[in-house]
Amino acid sequence: MELAIYRRRRLTNGVVMTLAWVAALSGILILAVILATLFYEGFSGISLKIFTQITPPEGEDGGLLNAIVGSLIMTVLGTAIGTPIGILAGTYLAEFGRGTRLAMAVRFINDILLSAPSILIGLFIYDLMVTRMHHASAWAGSVALSMLVVPVVVRTTENMLQLVPDSLREAAAAIGSPRWVVIMKVAYRAARAGMITGVLLAVARITGETAPLVFTASNDQFMSTDMSQPMANLPVVIFNFANSAYPASRQLAWTAALLITLAVLALNIGARTLSTPTSKQS
Amino acid sequence: MFRGATQSAAVLVLVLLGGVIVSLIHGSGPSIRAFGFGFLTTQTWNPVTEKFGALGAIYGTVVTSLIAMLIGIPVSLGIAVFITELCPPWLKRPIGTAIELLAGIPSIIYGIWGLFVLAPFLQAQVQPVLIALFKPIPGLSTIFAGPPYGIGTFTAGIILSMMVLPYITSVTRDVFQTVPAVLKESAYGLGCTTWEVVRHVMLPYTRVGVIGGIMLGLGRALGETMAVTFVIGNAHRIAGSILAPGTTISAAIANEFAEAEGGLYTSALIESGLILFVITFLVLSAARLLLQRAEQKAQR
Repeated sequence: MELAIYRRRRLTNGVVMTLAWVAALSGILILAVILATLFYEGFSGISLKIFTQITPPEGEDGGLLNAIVGSLIMTVLGTAIGTPIGILAGTYLAEFGRGTRLAMAVRFINDILLSAPSILIGLFIYDLMVTRMHHASAWAGSVALSMLVVPVVVRTTENMLQLVPDSLREAAAAIGSPRWVVIMKVAYRAARAGMITGVLLAVARITGETAPLVFTASNDQFMSTDMSQPMANLPVVIFNFANSAYPASRQLAWTAALLITLAVLALNIGARTLSTPTSKQS
Repeated sequence: MFRGATQSAAVLVLVLLGGVIVSLIHGSGPSIRAFGFGFLTTQTWNPVTEKFGALGAIYGTVVTSLIAMLIGIPVSLGIAVFITELCPPWLKRPIGTAIELLAGIPSIIYGIWGLFVLAPFLQAQVQPVLIALFKPIPGLSTIFAGPPYGIGTFTAGIILSMMVLPYITSVTRDVFQTVPAVLKESAYGLGCTTWEVVRHVMLPYTRVGVIGGIMLGLGRALGETMAVTFVIGNAHRIAGSILAPGTTISAAIANEFAEAEGGLYTSALIESGLILFVITFLVLSAARLLLQRAEQKAQR
């Protein structure tokens, strides 16, 4: 009798633990299969042409130069707009606003923004900028991206500043530094690696974002650096070409997908290596 | 002055979300006036006659997320158990990294992969088996009625389950790690198996946090756009079979917003966006409140 119970418990345990192994393996398998497909499909399309020619009309041969440039411009600009706002708001949460109602509300809303559907951000910027300018523009795309940067940077900035011990702040204040010097010269410096990690993660987040760009930055057949006009970008090229009947266009979509993924992986790994030493110190 | 700058940046975060709400309500005005409450209960979606109802899209949003949760929750919990209890220490970091990279892969990559790899695979290998398997069972036979299209609600649900995996896993792993070692050790000391420790010690202790993580994943699944757009087939009707093409709110907006030249069509799309916003806001708020409670418990 007792032996039977014992056997059953061991059996249940064995089954469930095997399933846990299978779950972990399948997680890794998914990542491996996705990466393998991307390399297999995308790598054959990589040639000098990709970086020297602009996107062709559907079905024709060409490169991705204007889309790469467009993505770079809008990502840099989106980060440049979003990062200062994010750092300031994060600083308020961790330094000035401790325990206030405002800080609690901002923290809560920021967490919502962090996972809010990005397509709704696209709708908002469309209403705010595109309808007013009467056409899509690279500015609208950049602002839409910056709205995705803000919550990521707010979150990491606050978390990193919270790790800075108060005794450091008190020591700086004791030698007569005003609050802003304490924050700028002491707190920021101590939290620097973590804050840079946050910005890198934010860049990684917006690198592949498509939904907010489809109707804000839209697309452009030609090379353009005019911020007030629609601008080509890699995600929208994938969106437009992936379903194409022409192999040449599908190939471009796969190559664009590979480029984006490589960029995102590099940013993620960069952020990770940066954050490792600090987490050991703290 | 510095304080003022940080405070205004913090207020700006509130303004951003407020702006999204105001703009969505403002934009859906014409559609709300034209269709009233019926917008939520009809599934006609006809741009030519300008008759719109969001029920089909709402249904698709809910069902795809439901499938994602049915598959995603057990797998995520399994991975979290593996990482905290079974995994040899040297493997912990690589697996953690792999799961987090999975979260980093952009939605559109899942989309193109889902369209060209997952959908054909499901069409050829999985869906025929499901159709044959559930044919004799009443009820299930309609849910899994053929033909195997490849793209459709089911495929969208599967791709979503892969995408929510990292979110649920990382939250669950983190809350699992807050379980005091003493509690686990006492249970092991009584002769409990690993499964019994997980089931009767860790899960009850971390319940609030685990549910919070699940809600967070659900919030992601409901609003996910690009991956779903590629594999769902964009059909505004409620099909009895989950293998048939459907649509979700976000996929409808992504597919149709650029073509809708103002007027009622645009407004109807914005109103469905408003509905999506309300749903995700509620789910994500619940997730946050639960996770906050879990955090307070961990600090005590």
